[in-house]
Amino acid sequence: MNDRSQHDAQAIDLSIEFCGVKAPNPFWLASAPPTNSEYQIRRAFEAGWGGAVWKTINQEPIVNVSSRYGAIDYDGRKIVGLNNIELITDRTLEVNLREIANVKRDFPGHALFVSLMVESKREVWHDIVKQTEDAGADGLELNFGCPHGMSERGMGAAVGQVPEYTQMIVEWVKEVARTPVIVKLTPNITDVRATGRAAKQGGADAISLINTINSVMGVDLDTLCPKPEVGGLGSHGGYCGPAVKPIALHMVSQIASDPEIRLPISGIGGIQTWQDATEHMLLGAGSVQVCTAVMHYGFRIVEEMISGMSNWMRKQGYHSPAEFVGASTDRIRTWNELDLNHKVVAEIDEDKCINCGLCYIACEDGCHQSINIEQVPEKEFLKAHKDGVDRTFLSGTQRYVHGAGEGYVNRFTINQETCVGCNMCSLICPVADCITMIQIDNGKAPMNYQQYQEGLAAGTISKIEPPQHA
Amino acid sequence: MAKTATKPSLKKLKQNFAEVHPPLASDEARAEAARCLYCFDAPCIRACPTHIDIPSFIRKISHDDLLGSAKTILDANIFGGSCARVCPTDVLCEGACVDNTLLKDPVQIGRLQRFACDAAEAAEVQFYHPGQSTGRSVAIIGAGPAGLTCAHDLRKAGHRVTMLEARSVAGGLNTVGIAAYKMPTEYALSEVDRILRMEIDLRLKHPVGGSALAGLLEEHDAVFLAIGLGQTAPLGIPGENLKGVHESLEFISQTHTVALTKCPIGRQVVVIGGGNTAIDAANAAIRLGAESVTIAYRRDEASMPAFTHEYELALDSGVRFEWLSKPKRIIGKAGEVSGLRCIRTRLDGKGRKAKVVAVGKSDFTIPCDMVIKALGQEVLHDFLSAIPKLKLDKKGRVVVDPETGATSIPKLFAGGDCQKDAGEEVVNAVQTGKIGAAGINKMLT
Repeated sequence: MNDRSQHDAQAIDLSIEFCGVKAPNPFWLASAPPTNSEYQIRRAFEAGWGGAVWKTINQEPIVNVSSRYGAIDYDGRKIVGLNNIELITDRTLEVNLREIANVKRDFPGHALFVSLMVESKREVWHDIVKQTEDAGADGLELNFGCPHGMSERGMGAAVGQVPEYTQMIVEWVKEVARTPVIVKLTPNITDVRATGRAAKQGGADAISLINTINSVMGVDLDTLCPKPEVGGLGSHGGYCGPAVKPIALHMVSQIASDPEIRLPISGIGGIQTWQDATEHMLLGAGSVQVCTAVMHYGFRIVEEMISGMSNWMRKQGYHSPAEFVGASTDRIRTWNELDLNHKVVAEIDEDKCINCGLCYIACEDGCHQSINIEQVPEKEFLKAHKDGVDRTFLSGTQRYVHGAGEGYVNRFTINQETCVGCNMCSLICPVADCITMIQIDNGKAPMNYQQYQEGLAAGTISKIEPPQHA
Repeated sequence: MAKTATKPSLKKLKQNFAEVHPPLASDEARAEAARCLYCFDAPCIRACPTHIDIPSFIRKISHDDLLGSAKTILDANIFGGSCARVCPTDVLCEGACVDNTLLKDPVQIGRLQRFACDAAEAAEVQFYHPGQSTGRSVAIIGAGPAGLTCAHDLRKAGHRVTMLEARSVAGGLNTVGIAAYKMPTEYALSEVDRILRMEIDLRLKHPVGGSALAGLLEEHDAVFLAIGLGQTAPLGIPGENLKGVHESLEFISQTHTVALTKCPIGRQVVVIGGGNTAIDAANAAIRLGAESVTIAYRRDEASMPAFTHEYELALDSGVRFEWLSKPKRIIGKAGEVSGLRCIRTRLDGKGRKAKVVAVGKSDFTIPCDMVIKALGQEVLHDFLSAIPKLKLDKKGRVVVDPETGATSIPKLFAGGDCQKDAGEEVVNAVQTGKIGAAGINKMLT
């Protein structure tokens, strides 16, 4: 075992190798507006990004509309979700290829993949693959996910939503490709494993996911126009940003745990922080791709991501990302495999409680009616509270108590007899570590649903009784 | 003739009297509103004497429903705009806010309340309308916050209301008793105007005596007594009648009723008292251009009844404090004030109950050309004692049923400062007006 000082000084190497391509770290930029040009990718690599996927190129530049982005804010916090109706590159193939070559020449140690999307013709795909590889790209990413605009022209998600098309085009690409081919999957499909398996069948070297989610961002309540709005009309666009992370994590874990796929994964979706990136990687991503957070804050955020992940690795005793990629994949199971006898209940630390009552009303109206509310006279509350002095202040000749009113303070306690351990109160509580979920030793051996059913059938166990208190 | 202070220019005076708490800009309001946790059985609601649903009005600000927000406020407190400006929020809603514990900083409820009320004001929304006529009539004596609130609620219920007010302006101390740097006169009057749109028969400059009450009770189905309090208590020391001796409420009132350039002000001012009115008078005096303002108080800093935030404002404004100083005599020269003779005191005992003991041979003089008395208002004893069978408490205030505002005399209700246990603030007066109106309405229907 390292002692603490050695542990702290432990060198962290964030470098990775992703299907044969090396990068100084797993933080890559997703194919998106921030990777539109040489200028931007230079700035990104100089800021510390380990790789980038060049914004999707095509034989011909497309035309875009104005405006293009829509966002949702949440109670004062900007952009918890973003969407766009922007299409692929609006620059010529010649310019893109020249700039790709320039970047690769100056940053040979960084991973530079190029996103491709062309019409579904074998020769056209062959052409663009060859041209892109000739420009020096480390690898290719096939954009089978773009949900808007291009899909109406038979590209993007129109391909990614049909496993047979996915397989066919991957096969065409693999006929000529000399570099690794990543297939980028759309989440706008019932089961993402279907296209994942098709990509594998077609010969893909890796999978990236998720692309953006079909979305309408909202309606302007003054003009009744959808958001974002183009001349009074709108169109469904691709949704991304912090709000989509849980959807992305689910799909990453589905691909990672599918025995028929077994391909490297580049995780995309809702990554703003080092924690988000680490979670993607624990569920199976070998690299991660970021867009919205950079669009919001700029390339500079990678410094915090590198710092955060390095310090977490030090704390956990990891030396390289390869040591933890996929470490949590196997922990996601079917519901039927979960232990029905595992029991947790909530516990409120009264010294930390600020008496806001949010846990109480959430439990009472939305959950399982297991929090007690008791009006404690102000004086009694202060006497019982170890931080009573901090809860009072004097003004003039009067004394006031924070959290009190009409002479009382609400005291909240958990009824652990009836608490089902749903977590809700602990999720709501605004005070760190005030409500914790504690495990109850009920003396029962683990039993999953299948074992329960078997036990019932065999008559070896009795039925679990429904909650009585509701 | 006494030297008078060099008067600041009107521009400077207006700057001096600019509001201490400016309005929130909409981005500020949104950010502040986002801090509210939306507590259940929220302490702030309980701490508000009028029980405004604060979490709800703040959530409405967050969600761009400013008119809905204002209505939530005004439903509970028709003086919501004034209270937003003048309430001692530190010791009411904001004092109770749980963010004091979590972040050591409460949500700025008062300023958010103002933000919502101002939005409704700007939109010129009339939320309330007179109810269908019941044919009943109520007389209200005194058009302060208690009387006006009662009138408003009775008009909503459809009862006819006649208000009799001795002053030439309505709004009582909410209009003339609160220093103008806390709330401009125009705002207080605009809030009165909004209430008067409920078709209230207001008769200004219409003083009535206690003896007139019997007639009013005969003429109307009920009478609501909201006469407030009277003059500041006299010092009972020589020199009180000298030129240059002022009474605190009248002094503050002038900043509303007289042009700021015409308000009399000394060069060296001494305010006598330790309550919030003393602080208001001192703050007003320094803003009017006095070179020095001293508060002389017979007890010490810790026993001063003024709120901490008011005291701090006075310190920030440059007011000096002369603790443990009991006035003995106002010294005059040619009929005008030239100084305040005090004796040093010491406190025998603890807290507010400590006895004030004069220290022998400790006389000293604070030179001054203006003395403001701020000892607290006296009850309108002459008025109340002229009403036969009206039950008063030991201090001479009207005893009422806290649930209905009913007095010991049938059909006579009371609220505001003249009533026992009324509390000192505008918000307390409003609540007694609400209770009285509900009590009267219940009796009449």
